[in-house]
Amino acid sequence: MRWRIVVFVTALKVLLFPAYRSTDFEVHRNWLAITSSLPLRQWYTNTTSQWTLDYPPLFAWFEWALAQAAWLVDPAMLDVANLGYASDSTILFQRGSVIVSDAALISGAWFATRREPEPRRSLAVFLLVANSGLLLVDHVHFQYNGLLLGILVWSLALVREGRSLAGGVLFAVLLNMKHLFACLAPVYFVHLLRHHCRGPHAMRRFAVLGACVAGVFAVSFGPFVLAGQLRQVLGRLFPFQRGLCHAYWAANVWALYAAADKALAAGLQLLGRPAAAPAANLTGGLVGVSSFAVLPDVSPAAALALVLAALAPCLVRLWRAPDPAGFVHAVAYAAMCSFMAGYHVHEKAALMVTVPLALDAIRSRPAARDWLFLSATAHYALLPLLFTLAEYPIKVLIYGIYTPKA
Amino acid sequence: MFKVFQRPICLLYLLATATLLRLCIGLHSYSGAHTPPRYGDYEAQRHWMEVTLNLPVKHWYANSTDNNLDYWGLDYPPLSAYQSWLYGKLLQPFEPRAFELRRSRGYETPRSKLLLRWCVVASDLLVFFPAVLASVAVLTRGRAPACKSALLAAALLQPAALLIDHGHFQYNNLCLGLAAGAAAAVAGGRHLLGSCLFCLALNHKQMALYYAPAFFAHLLGCALRLPSLPAKVTRICELGATVVATFAACWAPFLVQPARGADVLRRLAPLGRGLYEDYVANFWCSTSALVKWRQLFSQQVLVHACAGCTLAALLPAAVAEARRPSAQGLLRCMAASSFAFFLFSYQVHEKSIMLPLLPLTLLGASGDAGEAMLRRWLPAMAAFSMFPLLKKDRLRRLCG
Repeated sequence: MRWRIVVFVTALKVLLFPAYRSTDFEVHRNWLAITSSLPLRQWYTNTTSQWTLDYPPLFAWFEWALAQAAWLVDPAMLDVANLGYASDSTILFQRGSVIVSDAALISGAWFATRREPEPRRSLAVFLLVANSGLLLVDHVHFQYNGLLLGILVWSLALVREGRSLAGGVLFAVLLNMKHLFACLAPVYFVHLLRHHCRGPHAMRRFAVLGACVAGVFAVSFGPFVLAGQLRQVLGRLFPFQRGLCHAYWAANVWALYAAADKALAAGLQLLGRPAAAPAANLTGGLVGVSSFAVLPDVSPAAALALVLAALAPCLVRLWRAPDPAGFVHAVAYAAMCSFMAGYHVHEKAALMVTVPLALDAIRSRPAARDWLFLSATAHYALLPLLFTLAEYPIKVLIYGIYTPKA
Repeated sequence: MFKVFQRPICLLYLLATATLLRLCIGLHSYSGAHTPPRYGDYEAQRHWMEVTLNLPVKHWYANSTDNNLDYWGLDYPPLSAYQSWLYGKLLQPFEPRAFELRRSRGYETPRSKLLLRWCVVASDLLVFFPAVLASVAVLTRGRAPACKSALLAAALLQPAALLIDHGHFQYNNLCLGLAAGAAAAVAGGRHLLGSCLFCLALNHKQMALYYAPAFFAHLLGCALRLPSLPAKVTRICELGATVVATFAACWAPFLVQPARGADVLRRLAPLGRGLYEDYVANFWCSTSALVKWRQLFSQQVLVHACAGCTLAALLPAAVAEARRPSAQGLLRCMAASSFAFFLFSYQVHEKSIMLPLLPLTLLGASGDAGEAMLRRWLPAMAAFSMFPLLKKDRLRRLCG
């Protein structure tokens, strides 16, 4: 049964090869080219393409490893100047690499659910592996979220079983592949501190954990620190000039805020008192909204403060009663906070909520109900990412088949 | 997995999954994409829409300056032509340039591909799915729901059918759906409806002829088992009248003038084409490595030999079915007769393997070990046997 699910989903992914791909396909091709053909010092400085490398170094190494295989398939895709290159073999290779890297998620699902009784275990594997949002974002839109979320699932499963050290190190690795996961860091930090670093050897355990995490960061950022490029790398990773909302507004607090702003501006217009000049560059709506017409602008710091404020009760509770069984919930809550109030949130960040929660959804009926509601809305919010006609019935069906299944 | 299908909503999943797979396969390339001058089956279907939309019925099957029969002339029976006309009418508002007479040859855009693909999916949804649902419902009456859903899944997700119709590009499932509907009706005791549906299948693609001996034997057997002579005669007359009426309705526009009917007939029986097409896993093609049939014998002799062998192969099953007709027996006889045609008849196409495949799949739950073995392996073998065809279309990916 579990194998059947995996085989079927993989077959479906293969069938989606010729589907629409977003610019992210070219982004990742460009990163393959940068990491394989340029020296380390130029990875975060190269600007041949507009899609510069903006993931942390371990992900760049992942691209480097992929590029070693890509040589055998089509060396032309590894040319930095070969912008927009998409031969048949390139598509085959890149799409294939996403499917192969999904092994992280599949194995994570296998590992995390290995103690569950049978019908439940298959259901959990289905919820994780056949996640409709993930299928659409990774295998149509084109990204490697399956790999990243797979590592997260591994890490969560380890922490939940009390193997905090391994889970924490894995999370450090994840953080160095995609810094978006930093929003989960406070929860991890508090839990590890209070649960792992206890007992007679508390200090020693803390030192070991700290050394391991520091080691991961050293491996990742060390070479760039040595090259004196830390500022350059960090500047790439945190582009605050991007604006509060992404191109499509993610369904969060700021979307409501921006909508309220528009409504107010329109209202003022009706009253014969047009809003201040910035209103003009707001009307596009699709461009990142960086300034508001009526309501005050929101700075990254303000958004961060809001996220932390929302997160605080959860952290307090974790501090008082660190409990491995409730850890998955805490992580999902943290992801939800940053999705709801974070600065420049992408719709796909919602997957960080639905994937971990799937681990818990199979435990009880209320949890399953909550998860169903959450995943239905979150994955629905992903649908606008795919806008071509050919994919329309496909995405609706993927969504429709998956959603009621829980 | 199949336990899940017991609830009614699970039926919806199955149907949705089957549709999803069809759409995903449709994203891929199709027969004759970007290969002038003749393209492939996709162009044939588009060309038929163009011809049926722009020419009066009487010219559809006749050679003329506007309808050069050497370029994908219509070679399916009238119902296929009506279907082309209907879909053409539906699609014309969206992409009028795809159907302009003579100027639209080789017209292929992503949009036109999508529209035509959707037509195939729509035919499946409207005809094939209900027919399969009906036949599974009739044939597995009183069995466990898990068995029903397994059968349903096997029939709806048949890889060979998915790849041929939604990859290569054809409308076989329309014909197969009508035949499955006919089998369901006959097995359910509604003989007149069944024979009417079967005639429609026959009028959609002549390949439904492969099933004709089975239907004939079963209906005849049923009629002969009626208690009294007058009842037997009435039943046979009724059946005959239904068949004649259905055919007459389908052929009406062509029967007004005998010459037109002759045009159609000539198009439907292409004896000139040869013993088999490219590579078929049938008797003649497989043994041609040892015996050069086509060089040893004249075409006339071969046609007769084919007819003889086919008849000999299907006769035992047909006789058995006529003597003791039953619902399962009808399916078995359909499988036997279509296998006989596939293995021995003249001018067999790779895709014809789907004809024995459908009844065998529907036979499903019967206990025989040999049949179970066939059911397990035939779908994979059938898909594999069409590999040369699919390779041509750059459709290499199979899925279980």
